[in-house]
Amino acid sequence: MSVWDRLSAWFLGLPLVHPAAVWLKAHPDPAFVILTLLKIVFILFVFLTVVSYLVWAERKICGRMQGRFGPNRVGIFGLLQPLADVVKLLFKEESMPGSVNKVIFSIAPGLAIVPALVSFSVVPVGPGLAVTDVNVGLLVFLAMSSIGVYAVVLGGWASNNKYALIGGLRSAAQMISYELAMGISTIGVILLVGSLSMVEIVKAQAGWIHVFGLPLPGWFVFTQPVAFLIFMITAFAETNRTPFDLPEAESELVAGFHTEYSSMKFGLFFLGEYSNIITICAIAVTLFLGGWTWPWHWLPESLQFIWFFVKLAVLVFVFIWARWTLPRFRYDQLMDLGWKVLLPVSLGWVVLTAVVVYMRMPR
Amino acid sequence: MREYLPILMFIVVGIGFAAVTLGLSAIIVPRRLSARKLAPYECGVEPMGTARQRIDIKFYLVAVLFILFDIEAVFLYPWAVAFRQLGLYGLVEMILFIVILLVGYVYLLQKKALDWNASQ
Repeated sequence: MSVWDRLSAWFLGLPLVHPAAVWLKAHPDPAFVILTLLKIVFILFVFLTVVSYLVWAERKICGRMQGRFGPNRVGIFGLLQPLADVVKLLFKEESMPGSVNKVIFSIAPGLAIVPALVSFSVVPVGPGLAVTDVNVGLLVFLAMSSIGVYAVVLGGWASNNKYALIGGLRSAAQMISYELAMGISTIGVILLVGSLSMVEIVKAQAGWIHVFGLPLPGWFVFTQPVAFLIFMITAFAETNRTPFDLPEAESELVAGFHTEYSSMKFGLFFLGEYSNIITICAIAVTLFLGGWTWPWHWLPESLQFIWFFVKLAVLVFVFIWARWTLPRFRYDQLMDLGWKVLLPVSLGWVVLTAVVVYMRMPR
Repeated sequence: MREYLPILMFIVVGIGFAAVTLGLSAIIVPRRLSARKLAPYECGVEPMGTARQRIDIKFYLVAVLFILFDIEAVFLYPWAVAFRQLGLYGLVEMILFIVILLVGYVYLLQKKALDWNASQ
């Protein structure tokens, strides 16, 4: 019995005397809608908490790497810093230049945050702990990450500011170039699983495999190392993180596409950026690091979501680590890497995987 | 189709979250506007001209190439899902498909369409 089943049992069984509960029990469709809404609100709450503490973690780790303390004034270890930041952003004066395209300028921050949240709906956090399990789960993620490009390019264009425009254009070209390699690098995993459903992909990674006689966990990072590497590189580019942070290269473009944004509109862009990191790491964990699975039976099924969060934390730390270690690419180097290295290598890897899968197919 | 409903609901909730946040900030933020604040930011210098200018053709080229390759990548997804049912036929077909794709790719390389600094 999954956690959600238990939750539904509790939800449907608790106030049995109440006429509303009796009605819900008799009508499964509205009950399904209400339960889903509860799930979504719960996931959203957890997600936003994780995202705000990611911002805290980034500042803290960055501080330590540079021999500083990082935030340490608001609450113990600065743990209340995210809360203080939100309050500050809410009360900041909002300045919108007179020359902006007001409608698009206001829609763009929403476009930045919504796709990052929605892609999380297909990520299975634990056994049965997904908002939904559609049979095109991976496509939902790829579609949403494509929509994310609009936020940056529309926000940059609508600002009517030269820095914002250049930042938005660079970002659009960068994100679509790397999206190709990202999409193709996931095909190897689909070949091995034969399904696009995220739950199926995680289940296929349970247990042990033998690579050249060496026993390893069945995670696809061991059978698809090149695909994992390409996915992680493109993940850095898709989230506009160092070493691919050209869209907002501070030293040349001020703040890139969000130069003119202030107050909560900036806040949503900021939140969207960090939500994207969490989402893309969650997808990487699901596709390549086995999701909630762990090769040993250390935890009961209802607690296996802990493994998911452990793996997520490791990947997120790599993101932060890279940001404070690596310098920025030059733009032509970035385009060369995307088009001349990652794209052909990922296509070649797909062909190699297909041949190997065909050879090992039972006849 | 039932399992797709939560995604739609998630989109609605997400848009609602963004709308409420922006609406709340629109109500409570102070606004003391002046002519200086309404000018676009250009490092404190008087803004020169407008940002609505011509854009380098390279960005357009990248967008066109993306569409070409992305459509080809989209064909790979159903093939990958059905690979085990297709057998040898599917393998050969897809290798042919990727070879044709590579011919176009080599043509692009020859034309220097992928060189960002190529002067044309």
